[in-house]
Amino acid sequence: MESVTSIKPLLAILTSIIVVVPILLSRKHPNVREGWSFLAGFVKLAIVGSMVPLVLKGTVIEYTMIEVVAGVALKFRVDAMGLLFALVSSTLWIVTTGYSIGYMRGLKEHSQTRYYCFFALALSGTIGVAFAANLFTLYLFYEILSLATFPLVTHHQDAEARASGRKYLTFILGSSIGLVLPAMLIIYNITGTLEFSNSGILSAGMSKGLMSVLFFMFIFGFAKAAVMPFHPWLPAAMVAPTPVSSLLHAVAVVKVGVFSIFRVVTGIFGIDNLRMFELGTALCWVAAFTILAGSLVALSQDSLKRRLAFSTIGQLSYIVLGAALLSKQGMTGGMLHILMHAFGKITLFFCAGAIFVATGHKYLSQMVGIGRRMPVTMTAFFIGSLSVIGFPPTGGFLSKWYLLLGTLEADQPLMMFILLSSTLLNAAYFLPIAYKAFFCSDEEAQFEQKIDEAPIWCVAPLVFTATVSVGLFFFPQPFLDLAKLAVQGFTGG
Amino acid sequence: MEFLLAKYNYWFYILIMMVGFYAMISKNNLVKKMIGVSIFQAAIILFYVSIGAKRGATIPIIEHGHDAVHHIDPTAYINPLPHVLMLTAIVVSVSTLGVALALISKIYAKYGTIEEDEINEQLTDV
Amino acid sequence: MSNLQAPILLVTIPLLAAFFAALGGMLHRKISFPIALIAIILSFHQSIIVLLKVVNDGVINYRIGGWMPPFGIEYVVDHLNAMVLVVITFVSLISIIYSKLIVERELPDKIPQFYTLYLLLTTGLLGITITGDAFNLYVLLEISALATYALLALGKDRALISTFNYLILGTIGASLYLLGVGHLYIATGSLNMADLFRILPSLSGNSAVMVGFILIIVGVWIKMAFFPAHGWLPNAYTYAPSSSICLIAPLMTKVSVYIMIRIMFSVFSAEFTFANIAWQTAVVWCSVIAIIGGSLQALAQRDFRKMLTFLVVAEVGYMVGGVWLANEIGISGAILHILNDALMTLCLFLVAGILIFKTQRHQLMDFRGMFRKMPVTMGAFIIGALSMIGVPPTCGFFSKWYLIQGAIEAGRWEFMAALIFSSLVNAVLFFRIIEIGHFQHETDSHDHAEEKISEAPAIMLIPLVVVAIALVVIGLYTNDIVTNVIQHAVPVL
Repeated sequence: MESVTSIKPLLAILTSIIVVVPILLSRKHPNVREGWSFLAGFVKLAIVGSMVPLVLKGTVIEYTMIEVVAGVALKFRVDAMGLLFALVSSTLWIVTTGYSIGYMRGLKEHSQTRYYCFFALALSGTIGVAFAANLFTLYLFYEILSLATFPLVTHHQDAEARASGRKYLTFILGSSIGLVLPAMLIIYNITGTLEFSNSGILSAGMSKGLMSVLFFMFIFGFAKAAVMPFHPWLPAAMVAPTPVSSLLHAVAVVKVGVFSIFRVVTGIFGIDNLRMFELGTALCWVAAFTILAGSLVALSQDSLKRRLAFSTIGQLSYIVLGAALLSKQGMTGGMLHILMHAFGKITLFFCAGAIFVATGHKYLSQMVGIGRRMPVTMTAFFIGSLSVIGFPPTGGFLSKWYLLLGTLEADQPLMMFILLSSTLLNAAYFLPIAYKAFFCSDEEAQFEQKIDEAPIWCVAPLVFTATVSVGLFFFPQPFLDLAKLAVQGFTGG
Repeated sequence: MEFLLAKYNYWFYILIMMVGFYAMISKNNLVKKMIGVSIFQAAIILFYVSIGAKRGATIPIIEHGHDAVHHIDPTAYINPLPHVLMLTAIVVSVSTLGVALALISKIYAKYGTIEEDEINEQLTDV
Repeated sequence: MSNLQAPILLVTIPLLAAFFAALGGMLHRKISFPIALIAIILSFHQSIIVLLKVVNDGVINYRIGGWMPPFGIEYVVDHLNAMVLVVITFVSLISIIYSKLIVERELPDKIPQFYTLYLLLTTGLLGITITGDAFNLYVLLEISALATYALLALGKDRALISTFNYLILGTIGASLYLLGVGHLYIATGSLNMADLFRILPSLSGNSAVMVGFILIIVGVWIKMAFFPAHGWLPNAYTYAPSSSICLIAPLMTKVSVYIMIRIMFSVFSAEFTFANIAWQTAVVWCSVIAIIGGSLQALAQRDFRKMLTFLVVAEVGYMVGGVWLANEIGISGAILHILNDALMTLCLFLVAGILIFKTQRHQLMDFRGMFRKMPVTMGAFIIGALSMIGVPPTCGFFSKWYLIQGAIEAGRWEFMAALIFSSLVNAVLFFRIIEIGHFQHETDSHDHAEEKISEAPAIMLIPLVVVAIALVVIGLYTNDIVTNVIQHAVPVL
């Protein structure tokens, strides 16, 4: 594979670090401040987007900053999988910035400058993970993301935020220091490198015991992927303001977790090794358990955000399952699901936030008949639900389709059954919400028949993401190409 | 027995050292502790001085040292180097003692006593 | 002999300046600060010259007064102590600038005395590091120790009594060292380190040599507060005046570790030191206990300064354990940690000093509302904390990297586990403080007047910021430091 040296990946990461300075300087002028966020968002998207044509040709863009330890450099590499993820997160950053304006001003939140600063930093961490060329660089940005999101999760600075912040850090930081770090060091000790390579860097001669231990240290160590039992931080982190939950806990943070798992599965262990030691199957079962358990718990939640959180836990394991199937179609599906779930779930979170801004309600039992008052929001909610469930014509259908094909290709019919039953569960916990919002008798309805939507800054983004969710079904390019290209690299042709 | 007698200087320095060590750890009075420290250091100084000594040798002042005619017999003179080193070590131990006594006088001014248990009592009271 | 005079100048400049600071102080108490400052700047400059010379041309031998070794005293500068010399002069420079205001406030009537002692301590530490003579080392060890006793005793509360205890233990440690040197002298008739290194291999099996080795090592361990001889350190450092602790805490233990490394590899040889596997195991276990015990004790503290002192004890365990892993990576890690730990300890004690300067208190609870009031200080604090936890790209991560690699190499899993454990405990420790700073406001939040920023004066802030930046820069240049300096300092095993 051809590779080109270019500073673009570094620039893409630095844009959102540098923008912190003008944001801080213009803290007295909210409009200027948000202007900077938008500017940085568009610049970042332009830089990331400009790399698409080159990568689609099969070229890899590399940039080495500095060698920090012998054989390990702070190094970026843009390949198809990383670019796919970076494209998703930088697009959604812009959308979320718009939404944040509506949400934060609508609720008159405090410390907005701090909020925008750490949001920008978190984005740098996300893009850094996407473009990391080796495990060390990935770990570095993974930790930067953990730390930058702490002030966002605990934004309200009250007792509840504090307890959740503790839980968040305990799981995220504890697992990365306690599991990923030692595993990474052991691998460096064995191989002398941490560079991701398409066929993995571990040799097949390793003992099965050691390989399994290392493998699961990574799977659970990347607690951002919320594979059970390392999931409790995710519902806890829902105390954060909704834009944070939507971008970070539906897109950036959790997807960084599954993305890291994808990277480690393909770049460190290698598909062939995992097949040989049957670790893929083991991971399938872990993911399957999380999918079902997450969906079942989601059924019983009355708080809308918590229901979304448990749904996220289940959906994340779809992606993990995609990686674990170790088959072409399965991995394509997993990668596409990063994208599809991102747009679907962010729509749902945006809706939850818009409802909260407009009515102050958080619980589903208080939302009967809300479609009368907020028809646009609830229509978007319906589309988002369809996408997460995987109904055509929404993008979610495509990724699930590939995942199902993947189970057949990997000869795992049981997994297919689990995916299908989870789809039913998804429908069971999402569709009643939309149904009750629109179709209910006048006695049941808790809202007047008068349209009163949230501010335009809140509504516009969610309409946009809902539209994109549908659009992706019809026009999955270039994302599908990127995913296929990436899988081609891993499976060697 | 011969083993003991042949190196009697070592046994003496260890004995003296242990006396000092005992005083350091078991005495309650800070000045007595410092006396222990001094004994401890003195033991080491004695050890050094004794290793320079040779049976039947004299002080190391060499007459006609610079003309090549006279043969100088090293066994006739004791080794001066340990003695010189100990001049420095004595200076060090004196300064340590000085600093320690200054500390003790400060402690006395602050607590009105130099008994360790009484000071600890005052500290826990506060 | 080369005509480079820097080795002697960098020690004698602060020594002579100590006299002038005392004399000048009699005329006017404001004169002693500029004298001390200029002396340390010059000394720092000379140490840089020496380091560059060593890196470019190799080891420097400087014979004092032109006397040939082994009769005269020789200064030997190799890669190891060239690095330590720069660390000492750098820390000394940073903290003398930083502590100017503190001294004027804490000790208004003893300013000349303070700077005299400060210079003498710097001289002692530099002399210990640069000398190539075992007895000369003892004298300088006691010079620095005496200056330390005097500086520590200037503190409040229990300072006097804990300094007295330190004096007793410190004297025992130094005496044991002296006794050990005596044993070596009996066996070899020499005090010059290079000469001893030449003679000692022919005396293997000699019991006097063995006893001498044990006495020296135990003496040095007492001086560096290595478990189980660590009891004196926390009290002595907690109550010290913040003007002097920023010099003492980062350097005293590190210089003792340097002495240990010097004795183990430049007086004795690696083969001699590591001949007995049982000892190695015992020492590594002691350092494991030091690390775990120190971290847990730190967790139990409510006083910020006292918490840091227990961390110093744990960090000593890192370094001693690293050396006794008996492989090149572990020793590199320990040497790298001398540099890194000196800077991160300095960073945190500088923060403690600022806290005391602004609030006159140093409990953990005094951090409340600090993120608002002192954002710059807290930013530096976070970098120092991350370095202690071991989050990349701060330098603490990289010394941990080497130490853990060494542990894996040596198969000492207990040491690796202790390092990971200590990282986790440090994360708890520091995030507890960050939480206090983030969540709790000094008074009820309806009072908006208290949200004003009230930073420390620039003369304290700039040194702190310089150190914090250094933590990151050194982290990123780890590989250069290791290949240019540390690699040459590690004995071939």
